[in-house]
Amino acid sequence: MYIDTHTHMISRTTDDYEAMAAAGVVACIEPAFWLGQPRTNVGSYIDYLSTIVGWERFRAGQFGLRHYCTIGLNSKEANDEELAEAVMEILPRFALKEGVVAIGEIGYDEQTALEDRYFRQQLDLAKQLEMPVMIHTPHRDKKRGTTRSMDVVEEHGLDPSWVVVDHNNEETVREVLDRGFWAGFSIYPGTKMGNERMMEIVRRYGPERIIVDSACDWGVSDPLAVPKTAELMRRGGISEEAIRTVTYGNALAAYGRGGQMKEADWLDPPPIDQRTLYMGNSVLRGGQEPRIRPARRRDGDLHIE
Amino acid sequence: MPRPIDLMTSWLRAQLAPDAWSWLATQRERLEGGSASGREFNLAVSLVPRRLGKADLVLDGAALAEADRARPGWDPRGWSVDQAGRLVLLLAGGGTGRVFAERLRQLLVTADIAETIAFHRGLPLYPDPELVEPRAREGVRSAMQPVFEAVAHRNPYPAEYFVEDAWNQMVVKALFIGSTLAPIQGLDRRANQALARMLCDYARERRAAGRPVSPELWRCVGPHANDAALEDLAVALDSADPAERDAAAAALATCDRPRARALLERTMAR
Ligand SMILES: [Zn+2]
Repeated sequence: MYIDTHTHMISRTTDDYEAMAAAGVVACIEPAFWLGQPRTNVGSYIDYLSTIVGWERFRAGQFGLRHYCTIGLNSKEANDEELAEAVMEILPRFALKEGVVAIGEIGYDEQTALEDRYFRQQLDLAKQLEMPVMIHTPHRDKKRGTTRSMDVVEEHGLDPSWVVVDHNNEETVREVLDRGFWAGFSIYPGTKMGNERMMEIVRRYGPERIIVDSACDWGVSDPLAVPKTAELMRRGGISEEAIRTVTYGNALAAYGRGGQMKEADWLDPPPIDQRTLYMGNSVLRGGQEPRIRPARRRDGDLHIE
Repeated sequence: MPRPIDLMTSWLRAQLAPDAWSWLATQRERLEGGSASGREFNLAVSLVPRRLGKADLVLDGAALAEADRARPGWDPRGWSVDQAGRLVLLLAGGGTGRVFAERLRQLLVTADIAETIAFHRGLPLYPDPELVEPRAREGVRSAMQPVFEAVAHRNPYPAEYFVEDAWNQMVVKALFIGSTLAPIQGLDRRANQALARMLCDYARERRAAGRPVSPELWRCVGPHANDAALEDLAVALDSADPAERDAAAAALATCDRPRARALLERTMAR
């Protein structure tokens, strides 16, 4: 069983859902982010957030995956002040929806003054609503941006054990772990982490507070990154217990803190009725039989460079 | 006669733990007092499942009879405590007339699936129900079957407020998405000629594709069957599926045209 804590499933196909379910992914978390291009008004933000708390959650359920999300104003769009102000107004209306496990992904992109302002406001919101936080660390000037993110979290009085710092690499991991935060690693071809390197990090630092995710989105990315990395670690001699910790246990401990994600959600789901919305069949339109056939496994090559 | 909000409140008081109950009672009072801001109203409605849990609402026959007396057709079977709790707060703080309709629209814009279902199940309980008809229409347009069924099933609202075209779309969609017709209230009363034609077209389309037809379909065809529909029923009467044969016979029994009686007699003779 795996949990993928960073997936932008609104960009993925039903083939992906089938493949993930077949590979043992039982739950995924969809962080609110940008769409690859900027939104121009708060209305499209409302529709997006509504899609990830509603339709996407429902869609995932058709394939046997539990879908959760995080709610937040991302750092890129924080730079559009008029939009950002309007989004901050409506965020509290989404933060307490069913299956919202954290405020996120928030943090810095270019580390501008506006990014800083809305990052801080959202940390206060998380504190007020007693919710975990998912931090997106910047691609450029990453090490300094990561340190700064953690400084600001501490300044706002949040407990590091309620905060996941995501998109780590070899340069940032030690400080994140030393300061008591959860350390997420996105196995994303080309830009973030490769999974051979991931295995080395688990060897070196052990499994404690490390979370492996895919960050799969609309770019060239892999929704099977978590199961593939687990299999690679297995073949590389990492213990079963350590693998389970970094691909399942830590994810549940970190994002389960707010009470919105429980193991019983997938191990002991309530019987199907109008309220449970899980494994129904309306995506499978108009009389099509629910498909349980095994998905095409794509594990010929476990390596993601 | 107790109002629906008072009935739901008393059911919840009987079932909730004391701290959950007192949270709900306090929120209801605050919202009825009119002092809560829009933000506080939204937060209270969002917090309901966290405070009350999501257990089934336990209702005996007497409670169901009370519900039907308070609001004819209101059928809260299968409801949960969070759904009832949300509707108590919505009715307490939602106002009336256009104010209520706008508040409901706003709530649905940012609703999660559980809220969407609860608000649609509440349709028959709202003040000035004709003003929320666009919300009901949105509900039956949903691609999420549980949301569709929250409006279509065990709910008196569509039969009372949908114009014929909307009603017909809802009934045909129920079949199309693999849902059922039996829980739709007013199904026989609202049967009409246009619907009978749409259902016969649908049945022919299914047969041409080699797909089965839900036997429930014929119930809405019988009373309004024209010549073509009677021939469709004749085919159904010869179906290999005994459920479809029975459904076709039952439908023909509701049709007073001579051809219908002849078909029925032919079947009896076999
Ligand atoms: Zn992301």
